[in-house]
Amino acid sequence: MDDPLIQLEDVTKVYQTGDVEVRALAGVSLTVESGEFVAVMGSSGSGKSTLMNILGCLDRPTDGRYRLAGREVQRMDRNELAEVRNHVLGFVFQNFNLLSRTSALENVELPLVYQGVGAKERHRRATAALEKVGLGKRIDHTPNQLSGGQQQRVAIARAIVGAPKVILADEPTGNLDSRTSIEVMSIFQELGRSGITVVLVTHEPDIAEYATRVVVVRDGLILSDEEREQKPAIVPPPASERQRGGGDEGRAPPSERKGAAP
Amino acid sequence: MNPLQTLRVALRAIWRNRMRSFLTTLGIIIGVGAVIAMMAIGAGAKAQVEAAFAAMGTNLLIILPGSSNAGGVSGGFGSQPTLTWDDLAAIREEIPTVKAAAPAMRSNQAIVGEEQNWTTSVTGTSPEYFDIRNWPIAQGTAITDSDVETGTKVVVLGQTVAEKLFGANSDPIGHTVRIGTTPFQVVGVAARKGQSATGQDYDDAAFIPVTTFGQKIQGGLSKYLTGQIFVEATSSETTSRALADITALLRDRHHIPPNGDDDFSIRNLSEIAGAQAQGTDTMTTLLASVAAVSLLVGGIGIMNIMLVSVTERTREIGVRMAIGAKPMNILLQFLIEALSLSVAGGLLGVGIGIGVATWLASRFHWPMLIQPDVITVSVAFSAFVGVVFGLYPARKASQLDPIDALRYE
Repeated sequence: MDDPLIQLEDVTKVYQTGDVEVRALAGVSLTVESGEFVAVMGSSGSGKSTLMNILGCLDRPTDGRYRLAGREVQRMDRNELAEVRNHVLGFVFQNFNLLSRTSALENVELPLVYQGVGAKERHRRATAALEKVGLGKRIDHTPNQLSGGQQQRVAIARAIVGAPKVILADEPTGNLDSRTSIEVMSIFQELGRSGITVVLVTHEPDIAEYATRVVVVRDGLILSDEEREQKPAIVPPPASERQRGGGDEGRAPPSERKGAAP
Repeated sequence: MNPLQTLRVALRAIWRNRMRSFLTTLGIIIGVGAVIAMMAIGAGAKAQVEAAFAAMGTNLLIILPGSSNAGGVSGGFGSQPTLTWDDLAAIREEIPTVKAAAPAMRSNQAIVGEEQNWTTSVTGTSPEYFDIRNWPIAQGTAITDSDVETGTKVVVLGQTVAEKLFGANSDPIGHTVRIGTTPFQVVGVAARKGQSATGQDYDDAAFIPVTTFGQKIQGGLSKYLTGQIFVEATSSETTSRALADITALLRDRHHIPPNGDDDFSIRNLSEIAGAQAQGTDTMTTLLASVAAVSLLVGGIGIMNIMLVSVTERTREIGVRMAIGAKPMNILLQFLIEALSLSVAGGLLGVGIGIGVATWLASRFHWPMLIQPDVITVSVAFSAFVGVVFGLYPARKASQLDPIDALRYE
């Protein structure tokens, strides 16, 4: 593809809070190619969340251009933005944001519901997505019956079920312990290898190490942008069987897991 | 997202908050329940009144003879015979809007059967009477014209009289009964007619030819018709026309000057029935407005709880938007939830209304009539209330900013 997947050109975002103008983004240009695994790093207030919202078509830039998969985002209306979020993007949030009292399967089916996919096909694809993240046997569980790591994996399944081009993950490991974090990161790496672009926002340098490219944001500007060797997410051997949560019965563990048990 | 899925999501949301949902719809339940119950009772009463008037006869006018006026004391209508047999003949022949007219002279007489006797109202009349009163003959024949001409001693019994004299399910045709001292042959039994609006038993009556009545019961025929004249107009439209024509005819025949009072009076039964119906309609309108107020209050309750629901589920709305729900999807989701609430309330109200009406009807022996269109209108109106009051919260939900919604704690 000649067109880069994500193309930000001199994007600014200004919030008006009372009389004070807050410049959350002060001119950001960023290009992400298909298949990249980008970690966006920055401290609180650096503008990385705003950048994420704009990348995720949840917000529109005040100025500048944003092209996503060949389409101009800044001119889209609410319906078109919803369409893009539905078809091109998949979200993973820090606090999982699953619908409570709703089974894992139904949570994963939700993007397909809004795509207008029929019930049978929806069920098939949602089950496949859950199997892909290693939760094939827990499709009927509701979020409160799942551990944090399992919930996040349901969220990842929900993000990938609509066959998106980009996964946007906003601090996906922020609420997880280090071991589960690595599990989740290994899933992202797997997705990256299968050709899905992953953009990850984090403030933890050791999480950013699993990406192929790290973009550091500060004061609404890109401070550094470098490609680096990806650190494989190797899940350490279990401290105890119980702590491993649902990962132990995952049918399709990411390939790193195989390497983890020599 | 198709409507069926939206409905499922809505029903699940309602079910999760069963108690709250029930209390919310209580306004609509009570409103609709009250309407259904009251309408069922009201319609039952109306139908009973209508049936009673229909039993009297349709397009019916009753002419009563005038009042005596002796020394400033009015005796009331009927106290003095002013109608003549020639008046009756003139009404029959000269007024085109009159379909039939029959005399009715009444007297309470003891009828002596073979084993029993019974005192009842004996009416001397002509064959037209049964047509005018919509009163078919169940057994035997009615009085005939030749009976009236020759003054034969035949009698048609009402059901009650036939039962009292001969027992239930008997065949009194051909038997002989005595009225006073005169033997009469039973030629017919009139069909059961039931009660009048005032509870009087129509079937407690016997009918003989008017000429026989004059000779045997009154003790000789006179010039005057000492009773009433029953008139049936050709249609309900011509009833008032017939009334005016008969009034003009009788005033002319009785030589009443233009400013003089009528020496007779005419009762228009369809007018009385109409007034009754109007009373019922006023009651219905009143009930409908009470129901409208109660549904309005119910609707506000629904709006209130939907606003709470939208606030509670702000995060959920944010998530749905983030994964691709369009504003219209969100709008429909909450609108259908409000609609489900109100329709469920309406249906429950219908059930409770029917239950209450049935209970009241059996407890107090009231008539009751459940009209399907009242049910349809009630449920449709609750649906309308749901849409109207659900629209604002649903719109509010659909206009939420996805970022704010996702951050909402």
